[in-house]
Amino acid sequence: MQAELIDIRNHLAQHAPFDEMAEEMLDKVVSSIEISYFRAGTPILEFGQRNNWLFYVRSGAVEVYRRSGELYSRMSEGEFFGQFGLLMHNTVRFPATAIEDCLIYRIPDTVFKYLWDNDENFADFADTEGRSRLRSALSRREKSNELMTSKVTRLISRKPVAAPCTVRLQEAARIMTDQGVSALLLMDEEDDRPKLKGIITDRDLRTRAVTEALPSETPISEIMSGNLITTRAQSFIFEAMLTMLHNNVHHLPVMDDDEVRGVIALSDIVKYESQSSLFLVSNIYHQQNIKDLKKVSRDVRDSFVRMVNEDANSHMIGSAMAGIGRSFTQRLLELGEEKLGPPPVPYCFMALGSMARDEQLVVTDQDNAMILDDSFDPKEHDAYFLALAKFVSDGLDACGYTYCTGDIMATNEKWRQPLKVWKSYFIDWIDNPKAEALLNSNIFFDLDGIYGRTEFAEELKTLVAEKASNSQRFLAMLARNALNRTPPLGFFRTFVMEEDGKQNKTFNLKRRGTAPLSDLIRVHALACGSRAQNSFNRLKAIAETKLIPEDGVGNLRDALEFISIVRIRHQALAIEAGREPDNNVRPEDLSPFERSHLKDAFQVVSNAQKFLKFRYHSQVGRHAG
Amino acid sequence: MPDNKEPISETSETWPELFDQLAENAKDSRLKAFYQAGCVAPDMPLADVPLVALDFETTGLDPDRHSIVSIGLVPFSLDGIQVGKGRHWVVRPQLPLEQASITIHGITHTDIDKAPDLGDVLDEILEAMAGRIAVVHYRSIERPFFNVALQWRLNEGIRFPVIDTMAIEGHLHPNRRPTRWQKFRGMKPVSIRLADSRTRYGLPHYPPHNALIDAIATAELLQAQIHHHFNPDTAVKDLWL
Repeated sequence: MQAELIDIRNHLAQHAPFDEMAEEMLDKVVSSIEISYFRAGTPILEFGQRNNWLFYVRSGAVEVYRRSGELYSRMSEGEFFGQFGLLMHNTVRFPATAIEDCLIYRIPDTVFKYLWDNDENFADFADTEGRSRLRSALSRREKSNELMTSKVTRLISRKPVAAPCTVRLQEAARIMTDQGVSALLLMDEEDDRPKLKGIITDRDLRTRAVTEALPSETPISEIMSGNLITTRAQSFIFEAMLTMLHNNVHHLPVMDDDEVRGVIALSDIVKYESQSSLFLVSNIYHQQNIKDLKKVSRDVRDSFVRMVNEDANSHMIGSAMAGIGRSFTQRLLELGEEKLGPPPVPYCFMALGSMARDEQLVVTDQDNAMILDDSFDPKEHDAYFLALAKFVSDGLDACGYTYCTGDIMATNEKWRQPLKVWKSYFIDWIDNPKAEALLNSNIFFDLDGIYGRTEFAEELKTLVAEKASNSQRFLAMLARNALNRTPPLGFFRTFVMEEDGKQNKTFNLKRRGTAPLSDLIRVHALACGSRAQNSFNRLKAIAETKLIPEDGVGNLRDALEFISIVRIRHQALAIEAGREPDNNVRPEDLSPFERSHLKDAFQVVSNAQKFLKFRYHSQVGRHAG
Repeated sequence: MPDNKEPISETSETWPELFDQLAENAKDSRLKAFYQAGCVAPDMPLADVPLVALDFETTGLDPDRHSIVSIGLVPFSLDGIQVGKGRHWVVRPQLPLEQASITIHGITHTDIDKAPDLGDVLDEILEAMAGRIAVVHYRSIERPFFNVALQWRLNEGIRFPVIDTMAIEGHLHPNRRPTRWQKFRGMKPVSIRLADSRTRYGLPHYPPHNALIDAIATAELLQAQIHHHFNPDTAVKDLWL
């Protein structure tokens, strides 16, 4: 390459994927370039035409279309196009027209193919499908977080310490002291092969045995936790951490089928993540009043930013934030019961929306409800539950979880009802679906019992899982609502591009990205009768039913992860800069990497919406007619 | 627009015949080969014409008093500029290099001391130009300086047609200097210098005063001018001088 061509080289080197290209390779590109000028309005590539060049925009702007004439993308300085055709027997698939006077650097297909074969980063970037590069972008990112790449078995440092579940309290305490463990596994040894029956921890001994002054001869089975929360030996550390967060337990038996491999403790994970959000959770349980809880809530954002900086994935962050929100709610309920006395009838406090989905972030309002026992008598009992709901709701607001503007809170009488009324709500929504009404009740289809008789919430989940999959009309209505919000087409300079070619200065990454995704994932999940609430778990359930093609599920997962991470990073940056975090993003705030992968992710969302429309459309027609 | 429609070129259509004749008479073998490569037919559409953008950096504006310091050229056609075939030479001037021109071209005395004489690279330059129509920005530099330099070394000059992108701009903007009244109304004179002309066509800014970059910049400007004001079928004789 002539040294004088440095200006051309520098221009390429400022733009992805040339910015990461080896010097000799870049020199080869520069030497191969032919420069062409196109006047505004002139076609550059026409459908079906032969083409042997990759087109790099040096100045000006170009529109790329689909075969149908639909706008596909608008390219400006530093972006390239034409690779579709080069990979398809050198026949133009996506026509292109100059919309401003353009200076184009043309790179011959021989060089393009050389780069494609020899530069992985370039190939990822130029991949027309865009989806495999989304995946490689994500995997590159996840490799950097040890919690996501290491298996829980790495944390097991010794053989499990176990005792028969027939031992007495004092004996159990002695074993734990002798062995120096904070948790003891209790086995059922009636069969030949002992089976894990329960667990007892230091904390259990303190709170259940000592404070109650139980006799030392008490059978351990009376105070052990029998409803066991465990993790699989194949799990990653972060999954174990999520399980702990979700269930507020500090010890997890690690299971290999029905055999115990060991026990991991909160402290083992803390070694990996010193400022764990698990700490914050345990801290929440130590606060004695709303004022102190409010103080603790100031750490929530720090914890969020820390997780982002440690390259945690969105599932991890969303679950951790939901776990924190859940803990605030649970602690407030405990404090409320202390203040108001025990509840007159059993009840379940229920989280809705993002908290129920384990997809909570830092900008969030509270969405909750109460399921009361069917013996509930409003005249006699409702004053208590209203007071409790108000106590919790005010407390949550003080801790940063603002009141729900749609009044979806347990303080609203409509959402503070006995189980039988809740069942009738769901039956009505599913059997007599009305688009308008469903828009408002969408949020109830993401539900999770978080306190009290959580089995009430489980009953509702079962009802929904069984009924929804059989109601095509309900699914069709839900699908139609899921198409209300569409993703943008892409970006052009400092603008957001819409499908009709309009340009906007900002866009809402939640409304235009994560929300349409979780909406459409919910429809498929309900259609296949899944009880899962989290979008990633719902995708797993969908994949098992083959309701949508396997790679379609993978694409949705990648798109959700990428959009979520960009949204999360955007909020973390705002917090670090001392601004109030929000969901509104300006294209100039995005890195070239984020821009190009976001466009891919939007494409996945858009295709998935088209599929949803096609999949459930006929049913709408039949019943509406 | 008064005289926009008048042809830019008033020169004869006889360049091909003239080349035959010059080939006959040339004494230097390199010059002979250059002329023998021929000149395209006057009626050839611009789309088919092989072109070469040419730029000299010189120590001044007078071919009889100043010297060539560097030469840049790049072959192209209306379709594309072949960047990889671009060439750049620093050549040793016969006359002393003045301080002023050092600051303009960024070429230092050390560069020049190591540089070959124009005569040593003449074969390469002429080979790159052979069979192509030269494109320059401001015709009073490259052709006259080249002619004088060859007179000096070979005792015979050189003649060839050029397309002058500056002349085209001048032709498009005949009344570049505002009248006193227009000046009063705030009208600015239209500049037909290379960088300013490029801006009118939306062409990017390049760092000036490197012969190869200026040659590329000139080639891009001609492409833009043809797409805006002429068309690919325009005969080359309408533009060459």
